[in-house]
Amino acid sequence: MALLIMPKAALPDWIDRLCADHRVIGPRPLLDQTVFGEIHTAAELDLGYRTSILPPKKAIFPQQEEILRFHTNGGQVVEPVMDGQPTVVLGVHTCDMHAIALLDAVFTEGHADQHYLARRANTTLVSIECLTPCMEHAFCKSMGTLTVPEDFDLHLTDLGDDYAVDVGSEKGAALVEGFGGVREATDDDYRRLDRAISEKWPRFPYRLEFDVTELPSLLTVSFNSVYWEELGDRCLACAMCTNVCPTCYCFNVVDEVDFTLSAGKRFRVWDSCQLDEFARVAGGHNFREKRAARQRHRFMRKGKYQLAAYNRMGCVGCGRCAAACLVHITPVDTFNELYRRHGAAVDRPKEVRR
Amino acid sequence: MTTPTTLTRLGDTLREPSIYLPTLARIADVRPMTRLESLFTVELPAGLSLNHQPGQFVMVSVLGVGEAPISISSSPSRSNGTFELCIRKAGDLTGVLHTLGSGATIGVRGPFGNGFPIRKFYGKDLLFAPGGLGLAPLRSLINQVLDERRNFGRVILLYGARHPSELLFTDELREWGNRGDVELHVTVDRGDETWTGNVGVITTLFSKIQVHARNTVAVTVGPPVMYRFVLVELLGKGILEGNIYLSLERRMKCGVGKCGHCQMQHVYTCQEGPVFSYAQIRHLEEALS
Repeated sequence: MALLIMPKAALPDWIDRLCADHRVIGPRPLLDQTVFGEIHTAAELDLGYRTSILPPKKAIFPQQEEILRFHTNGGQVVEPVMDGQPTVVLGVHTCDMHAIALLDAVFTEGHADQHYLARRANTTLVSIECLTPCMEHAFCKSMGTLTVPEDFDLHLTDLGDDYAVDVGSEKGAALVEGFGGVREATDDDYRRLDRAISEKWPRFPYRLEFDVTELPSLLTVSFNSVYWEELGDRCLACAMCTNVCPTCYCFNVVDEVDFTLSAGKRFRVWDSCQLDEFARVAGGHNFREKRAARQRHRFMRKGKYQLAAYNRMGCVGCGRCAAACLVHITPVDTFNELYRRHGAAVDRPKEVRR
Repeated sequence: MTTPTTLTRLGDTLREPSIYLPTLARIADVRPMTRLESLFTVELPAGLSLNHQPGQFVMVSVLGVGEAPISISSSPSRSNGTFELCIRKAGDLTGVLHTLGSGATIGVRGPFGNGFPIRKFYGKDLLFAPGGLGLAPLRSLINQVLDERRNFGRVILLYGARHPSELLFTDELREWGNRGDVELHVTVDRGDETWTGNVGVITTLFSKIQVHARNTVAVTVGPPVMYRFVLVELLGKGILEGNIYLSLERRMKCGVGKCGHCQMQHVYTCQEGPVFSYAQIRHLEEALS
């Protein structure tokens, strides 16, 4: 679709326009960090942010989400709750875009999850190209998420005084339709965009010591590695890694009753496979009792299981889990260490791209 | 069994408007069976049928308390707008369920899971080996088999419980034993003053039977520790790995392959199970441990 140019000076007007008929969520500074939160003016927004504490996933898959409402006045009544509020999420990094693409597959395939899909259908994502590495733990280049996935709505690239605005969908087009602050790109703008993109690549390091295409096979041969025990010995089972992960979607379901005891709500809340009770049944048996087994399960999901199930990698290389871990368990160190120990056993693709 | 075509399959109501919306159903009867287990008869709203397969489960809700997976105890051949759940008082939800009586409302979603592939069992000798509460899901299959008895060869039932007071479905056990076409052996880990039957764990029953291994399908349902020992017996008798079926218990919060709790490696128990052949899971670490 079209390439447009939006001078940065036009951003405040555009944000005002978006806020008129959307809930607008974007990166905003908070105590030297960045959080995705509701935005009402451009002044609150920091599109040049490094990374966010929680990924923008929470805009479409909130930490706590009401899914049912019920009451018992005159017989029990229960009804579903859908959040279809028109929403724009601004400034989504490309790693998080890849993560949302995975969530889309998870909640669409098999039994479609109407709650997720209602929110997703009414959400327009405005992604932004990363031109410099955001933090030491990020390894997006190794994971292949340094560019936007093929399905996007609007995608911004910082060109200094302007943003290049790639229009990727009708939903995206609707956000700039009739807005006087954008113009069609000229040949010179295409050249500027081309330069910005090609100049960014060398700035990002490869941080895996092997090609990501070998990762699923590496995890297969590493299943019984003693390294998982070593991780389990360090792991505090605090679940910070999964709490900040843009691709984690496991959830618990809890009911809350109001003070009348005759009405209440059923919520879906984020859960974590790292917590002790996650795989424990009512009779008391815990199917992943050891922290080693739980860490292994997490990394297997990230590097192998999700790829097999949804043809998308379960890790997008954002580095948030590494930054959040109190005992410095990181995916880069884990994958590289497994490769050092077990890489020789990996069933390699015929031609390894590197 | 044929389902009247006017009935909507409960699962069809899943499509809209939410996969998490339970259908409100009525508890028609509660029959205490042991100190911890009761048999709940559940009646669906008029026009709805559960239309399940033996081995499937439903997600049962008490609004305000929560939801949990419960296997279906009644056979499709005997469902008449109602179905039965044998529920142990074990967790938060089941604790509250046990305070409810006839007429109370509960929520039901499902049926979920794959169930036992009963057509594959046609012409085979069947060896059922439930332990404890494992009889609850297996009863659905057993009664289905007995209601189409001529489709199967021998029917052998080896049932183990911890104590005579913990035996489930004792009326039916007696009935099955009296039919003449079911070879029934029951044991308890420890007896009491009135118990005159076998004493010992379930594996002690296997020496009492001979089977034609190549033509036998074994179905065992029980806790993980029981599987370890029963599998040794079944394999020791020469029953083929692909002909041994198990039903696996897991924590579940959705039943529809999303919440992640029931995952064994890449396998969602609620989607690909809960019934698996031993051949399917013998290399799937996390399945039996």
